[in-house]
Amino acid sequence: MKKKVIIFTALLILISLFVFSQEKSPKFTAIKGATIIPVVGEDIPEGIILIKDNMIEAVGKDITIPSEAKIIDAQGLFVYPGMIDALCYIGLAEIGSLRSTVDYRETGRINPQLRTVEALRPDSVHIPIARANGITAALVAPSGSLITGQSGLIKLFGWTPDEMVIKSPVAMHIEFPRIPRRRREREARPLEDSSKQIEELKKILNDVRYYGKGKQAAQKRLLLSHPDFDESLESLLPVVKSELPVMISVHADKDIKAAIKFVKEEKLKAIFFGVEQAWRVAEDLGKAGIPVIFGPLYDMPQKWEDGYDGIFRNPVVLHKAGVKFAFSSRSSTLAKDLPYHASKAAAFGLDRKEALKAVTIYPAEIFGVDKIMGSLERGKVANIVLADGDILEQRTNIKRVFIDGKEMDLSNKYTELLEKFKKRN
Amino acid sequence: MRKIIIFSSIFFCMLFITIFASGQDLLIKNGTILTVTNGTIQKGDILIVGGIIKKIGKDIEAPEGMKIIDASGKYVIPGIIDSHTHIALSAGNESSEAITPEVRVRDVLNAEDPSIYTALTGGVTMVHTMHGSGNPIGGQNIVLKMKWGRPAEEIIVNEAYRTLKFALGENPKRSNFFTPVVRYPQSRMGVNAIIRREFMKAKNYMEQWERYEKAKNSKKSSILLIPPRKDLRMEALADMFRGKMIARCHAYRADEILEFIKLSKELGFKVVCFEHASEAFKIAKELEEEEIGISVFLDNWAYKVEAYDGIAYNAGYCTKKGVLVSLNSDSSERIRRLFNDAAKAMKYGGLSEEAALKLITINPALQLGTEKIAGSLEVGKHGDIAIFNEHPLSAYTRCDVTIIEGEIYFDRAQYLKEREEMEKKKAEEEKKKRGGKK
Repeated sequence: MKKKVIIFTALLILISLFVFSQEKSPKFTAIKGATIIPVVGEDIPEGIILIKDNMIEAVGKDITIPSEAKIIDAQGLFVYPGMIDALCYIGLAEIGSLRSTVDYRETGRINPQLRTVEALRPDSVHIPIARANGITAALVAPSGSLITGQSGLIKLFGWTPDEMVIKSPVAMHIEFPRIPRRRREREARPLEDSSKQIEELKKILNDVRYYGKGKQAAQKRLLLSHPDFDESLESLLPVVKSELPVMISVHADKDIKAAIKFVKEEKLKAIFFGVEQAWRVAEDLGKAGIPVIFGPLYDMPQKWEDGYDGIFRNPVVLHKAGVKFAFSSRSSTLAKDLPYHASKAAAFGLDRKEALKAVTIYPAEIFGVDKIMGSLERGKVANIVLADGDILEQRTNIKRVFIDGKEMDLSNKYTELLEKFKKRN
Repeated sequence: MRKIIIFSSIFFCMLFITIFASGQDLLIKNGTILTVTNGTIQKGDILIVGGIIKKIGKDIEAPEGMKIIDASGKYVIPGIIDSHTHIALSAGNESSEAITPEVRVRDVLNAEDPSIYTALTGGVTMVHTMHGSGNPIGGQNIVLKMKWGRPAEEIIVNEAYRTLKFALGENPKRSNFFTPVVRYPQSRMGVNAIIRREFMKAKNYMEQWERYEKAKNSKKSSILLIPPRKDLRMEALADMFRGKMIARCHAYRADEILEFIKLSKELGFKVVCFEHASEAFKIAKELEEEEIGISVFLDNWAYKVEAYDGIAYNAGYCTKKGVLVSLNSDSSERIRRLFNDAAKAMKYGGLSEEAALKLITINPALQLGTEKIAGSLEVGKHGDIAIFNEHPLSAYTRCDVTIIEGEIYFDRAQYLKEREEMEKKKAEEEKKKRGGKK
């Protein structure tokens, strides 16, 4: 009896070893013949991209393709890295008017404990639509008032939230007051600046430092009492240690200046979001070295005095001032439109290559993931888009999309409903 | 008799002046002209005299002293038309009652709304500005030209259809917001029933007037005969029966669109266009057969349940099925990028450049009954023109000049020049201030 068991287990081990080793042999895919736009470096006409499993193995012209590689003939197409939406609500909101489907906004003013990736719905209809337009990763961020929670960077593929998360948390989100847009709104309440908010935040950060010191001291000396657990202070510890950047949603020129001063004084790592009037204080931003993420360019200027094109020329002015930036959709239902915010800025003077970088490599750099994504380079994850034209053009068709080296199914709610009703004559 | 002739000739001269006074003379030279209805002319010219397009072609000579725009390397298209907006109004919904066909946006025009200028910066020259969708029957809409700086009475387009706004579904049901008073209707059944009820009343009202007129004109007429009471609400609906006004109906779902078409036939009024019509692709067949158009967003969707099937292929698919489709903004922001939306119809739906451009030019003109004066570049039409630096369907394009009836209402170069001058002035003033302090 014992012998049988031993033989059986030995066989089992052998078989599993065999299967394991079979699985381990790498899978190669080669995309051939297309114009490669690596974003970093020059374009390569009729180049080759070799994918090994989930990674880019080689990009160039003279590349030996392993004989077992799957060949994709991409003659006449253009190859881009997958785009990164630098701030959106995809997977967190399904139907705007339906509260039961909206999860990026919490009640209360101080919510640093919230993590967007914990509310992520992998089966959202908006994910495959954005993916089919060449967007392969996105920062899913919270919204609300003052401290709104922690964002996470996700890839636009995965069956579970965990499978989708690339990095979380990416930033602690803070919101300063918006400029009242409508005249009636402006008349109803006086223009608020961010001084009150900054004062409040300074107090909180002070408490966090005190809390941190208390914790440290208690760890060293058993006789000292441990401070009572406080979820807000606990969640903000990585912020005061400069381990986690704050992303401050800030809009008016004065507030941007105040925010620069605030993060300097508090020694915080910072990213700014929105910054509609940043062109008025571009030099200050450039000197401070703070990267920014623009809200959608499908928006109106904050004030009539900003000029009709205030929002469009913002990126142009900031680029000249040496500010690093990325574009965002700030949406779930229209996250697919990310590339068009970049090309809108280009229509008003931003260099087209810069526009493309601001939806690929720049967001990767801002979020500290440029070693693994954001461009077509050896050693990066194979997030690749094949298009029949310029990826920032509305007229361009996206032909194929790869995430982690896997080819994506580009069907989505749009195509499924269309096909369904095409059958009706 | 001579006096009469003199007076009448003066009168006609005055009339002539008032009709054509707003029109200007202008020659646009060397542009790529996308006529929309007659193909493309490379390096072409357009001559506008008295606000009307007189000539389109090559090497048109400018009469002496005529203003000339050099459009070399640029794209010249007909002014963009927005078939559904709420701009230039100081009110939109009369929400105290569900049925308010007697109210008119004409009475609340706001020619100082900066949205008019915003529209111009996106090449839009004509809009259909409408009542909101809070009421099953909302009121009478109007078509305007974006003549920024002109008084309200001068921007109205009298050639356009008279339209009455209807609304179905979530908005008249008041599904997505809280109201202090619960108002009938609260369901799609109620919305249809209340529209039917009002039209039946209007029928009855017309009959009473007919009976009265008959009695008055008969030999047995008596001084004791009392006329029926004049009712402006009923008069508006009577105009629908008389064919003097047509319906524009806000509706998202395919089923409610079909039910409304049935209702319009049952009652006997004409519907020309459904607004939003997110699910039109499900019933393209019926819309094509009934010759009813749609005015839609290209891809704005899922902001509420009835917009959850609003796929981006809607406009392109319906166009290919023979439905008259226009793209609208319904927003004072989207209005300046309708050309970007049109370009998307090429990706989603596979339309040609020309078909995509029609969605924002001649198609909305047809829906508004202004196709004889606008919507394409043809001799005899108004000189309403937008000039873009790149192809208008490129993502990298920008509107540089917008012209209405030969008059330049937006000029980006001029705008930049003025801005630079203003900034210089400001800097100098600040310098002076600082100098004074020292």
